[in-house]
Amino acid sequence: MIPLHHYLIVAAALFCTGLAIAITKRHFIGILLGIELMLNAVNINLVAFSRHDPEKLSGQLFALFVIVVAAAEVTVALAIILRVYGRYNTVDPDEVNDLKK
Amino acid sequence: MEQLAFYVFAAIAVLAGLFILFSKNLVYGAFALFLAFLGVAALYILAGADFLGVAQIMIYVGGVLVLLIFGIMLTRKLVSHDPTAHNRVEVATGRTAWGAIIGSLLFFGLLKIIFQADFLMSGEEMISRSTIKTIGVELMTSHLLPFEVAGILLLVALVGAAYLAVHRNPVQP
Repeated sequence: MIPLHHYLIVAAALFCTGLAIAITKRHFIGILLGIELMLNAVNINLVAFSRHDPEKLSGQLFALFVIVVAAAEVTVALAIILRVYGRYNTVDPDEVNDLKK
Repeated sequence: MEQLAFYVFAAIAVLAGLFILFSKNLVYGAFALFLAFLGVAALYILAGADFLGVAQIMIYVGGVLVLLIFGIMLTRKLVSHDPTAHNRVEVATGRTAWGAIIGSLLFFGLLKIIFQADFLMSGEEMISRSTIKTIGVELMTSHLLPFEVAGILLLVALVGAAYLAVHRNPVQP
């Protein structure tokens, strides 16, 4: 049986990588990639703790809902990105800095 | 054997994440994310969550990643008319350095917390058996309200995304 700490360490590494991607990339889709990686890291934690709860499996149910919310988030974010690209003709968050033209 | 598989898949996931961070080409980044998702799915299965591993592959790899690649293709910068030009994203080096510094600082902080924490587990560790029955029963009994809310959320997200994407410019009629 793999100890719980190893899951937590892998999840921490993935979360920090995702955070670095989200604050580094100069592309809206790149930021989305980072956010997806962070959500996956959190899910690893939930699943690892859920191993010790075999009756209820609350952690796995939470991870399932996180996956659903992530899918909805990606759909809406992609639609918004397409609109922003159509209006400003750029995908760089630094250049989209005015609320209304 | 199980330990070896765990470390191999964990290394795949983490290295794929680092590749996304340091690669300039976003399409390669999306394919590295595919690898990271597969690694995470394998970690789920090694943790005894077989249904969640399959759901991860179906939803993330089959749905989310395809959407992201569509997004990358639809927002290409038409700087040159060369169709084979790379979809590069220019990142200032100072920015990458700041991202790496902040990420590694947070990582070491989390490591300190993980090693200091003393988790007291109430239940026994799960023996390997299928979790599908438990998940189905729980979803239909004690987690019924979140299940319904998730369904409504998906419907609203689909309608909203279709509205946003179809009406190109609702401000000017």
